[in-house]
Amino acid sequence: MSQLPQFTPILPELIIVCLAMILLIYGVFRGDGATRNISWIAVLGLLVAAICVSAIPAGKILAFDGQFVVDDFGRYMKWLVLLGSAVAIIMSLGYNERESISRIEFPVLILFATLGMLMMISANGLISLYVGLELQSLSLYVIAAFQRDSVRSSEAGLKYFVLGALSSGMLLYGSSLVYGFSGTTSFTVLADLFKQPATDPSVGFVVGLVFVMAGLAFKISAVPFHMWTPDVYEGAPTPVTAFFAVAPKIAAIALFVRVLMGPFGELFAQWQQIVILMSVLSMLVGAFAAIWQTNIKRLMAYSSIGHVGYALIGLAAGSEPGIRGILVYMTIYLVMTIGAFCCILAMRRDGRMVENISDLAGLSRTHPMMALAFAVFMFSMAGIPPLAGFFGKLYIFLAAVDEELYTLAIIGVLTSVVGAFYYLRIVKLMYFDEPAEAFDKDSNREIGVLMTVAAMLTAFFIVFAGPVIDGAEAAAGILFSG
Amino acid sequence: MIIQAFAFYLFAAALVAAGVMVISARNPVHSVLFLILAFFNAAGLFVLMGAEFIAMILVIVYVGAVAVLFLFVVMMLNINYTELRQGFLQYLPIGGLIGLVLLAELVLIVGSWVVAPEASVKLASPAPPLDRITNTHAIGNVLYTDYIYLFQAAGVVLLIAMIGAIVLTHRGRDGVRRQRISQQVNRTREESVELIKVEPGSGI
Repeated sequence: MSQLPQFTPILPELIIVCLAMILLIYGVFRGDGATRNISWIAVLGLLVAAICVSAIPAGKILAFDGQFVVDDFGRYMKWLVLLGSAVAIIMSLGYNERESISRIEFPVLILFATLGMLMMISANGLISLYVGLELQSLSLYVIAAFQRDSVRSSEAGLKYFVLGALSSGMLLYGSSLVYGFSGTTSFTVLADLFKQPATDPSVGFVVGLVFVMAGLAFKISAVPFHMWTPDVYEGAPTPVTAFFAVAPKIAAIALFVRVLMGPFGELFAQWQQIVILMSVLSMLVGAFAAIWQTNIKRLMAYSSIGHVGYALIGLAAGSEPGIRGILVYMTIYLVMTIGAFCCILAMRRDGRMVENISDLAGLSRTHPMMALAFAVFMFSMAGIPPLAGFFGKLYIFLAAVDEELYTLAIIGVLTSVVGAFYYLRIVKLMYFDEPAEAFDKDSNREIGVLMTVAAMLTAFFIVFAGPVIDGAEAAAGILFSG
Repeated sequence: MIIQAFAFYLFAAALVAAGVMVISARNPVHSVLFLILAFFNAAGLFVLMGAEFIAMILVIVYVGAVAVLFLFVVMMLNINYTELRQGFLQYLPIGGLIGLVLLAELVLIVGSWVVAPEASVKLASPAPPLDRITNTHAIGNVLYTDYIYLFQAAGVVLLIAMIGAIVLTHRGRDGVRRQRISQQVNRTREESVELIKVEPGSGI
């Protein structure tokens, strides 16, 4: 008889899955009128799960025969993901009610997606990786098409589904090759496989690794696997886009880092070039393609592609400061993106959402506070000191210079200058152009509060920098302690 | 031994014949029926290999659920199949090409055992010998213990698929009469029966 497995490490996941099912049943009986209550309970549940993440005993814990791992890296990333999901649910409240898509399944699906993300972050084997990823993706496909009466939303869902299925296929193909050539799916065993200096991986194994990377690159939307991002971001309902831009992206980056630094850490020489290429291409596409965008959601899509490019620099460095840089960068990215999307959600005229960049003209005269917040986020994304975005880029570039990746660092700096052009263009539009018609005043309180908090965090990052950097340092350290 | 060989050739021949009929039958309903026949023969082959669990799964899942669903879809949707078939020859080259690529890939996979001899060692399955434990028992031994985490997670994936299908397609319709049992039971005689005195010879 085998004994009952340890359940403490998966406590946050258990809480979320039980809560999601209970809320689903509650919602089915109460009908769509209960959506607001369910959403707030879901937010509360996510916060409780975040507390449980901290309550799990420190150190690296393996559970379920080594399929599940909890360590400082996972903890840090789980906090970010839980925070991102909770905020996304709050942001969706007002929007969904106005667009009459306020249905009880929305918070439930976000809970399930978050569950998938937590499982991805804690995956310690190819099977648990895939199951977690699929759990997350399936929920995301559905919420991308949540506004089912709108053609664009349905199109976004369908496109996301088709391309996501393709990427899952590549991931599975790669995983099967890795399994076939190594005989194991466990990350722990894979990591030990090439520890001895004499053992070189077979060609089949490296091909498998490349396919796994391609599959994961789809999920973080790194160039050349980014095609779906602008269309899905534009078509999906705005709070869903905000959710896509934060939580799944952070979870996928965490997974990418864990897979490359953990099981395939010894194959650094093999995957470094691929990561460098993806990083450079992402930064270039993110900087140049965004210049011609007229839709603010598409602009944010290209901006997120660019940000992934910068984060990948840290991975290309493959060093402890590099990983710390990624963690700090993703934290700052989370705050900036949430703030920017709060502003986009407030862009409503005569009760309808407007999404063109030109609609922001003269915002400083009609809504001075919102314009100020938006300007802070844009300056921060452009990487102008002393705002948060500057520090994110600083740590990444420092790590690259430490590892003598000068070309990568220089391309990074140059593309951020190009990127600054379109971010600052928005600021110029808001402050120096003739005002367009004012937006509706009745934007709801939650959005305003979130926008203010995000703007404060972005503007005064120096004050909060200590704990973030310490946390990131501890989290990055665990990946190198073996 | 001879009976096994006979059974193998019987199942294999019937499987290939049924497979050919699936794509050549004019009537799509016949195609699906031949598909079911192919599944049954494949299940027979699995039994011969000692993989009775997969054989039963094939019959239960593929014949019992998937093929029957196909049959429903084929019968419910009114598709003009002669029109669909018109492009058949036109797509033959590209279909053949894909077939060739698949064949080449299969050859490559088999060839990779030659390239990486260590891979074939890994192929020796860690399953316990058949005479000690049936493979249903062996799968059950690990599925609900070592792999309980993945098993439960797969369950959640299916739940999401169900929620997704309902969210995206279900619409509440107006004018649907629902059964309300409490109302039915609470009806009294006075509400539903009306006594009308009819004068003889005058009608209502």
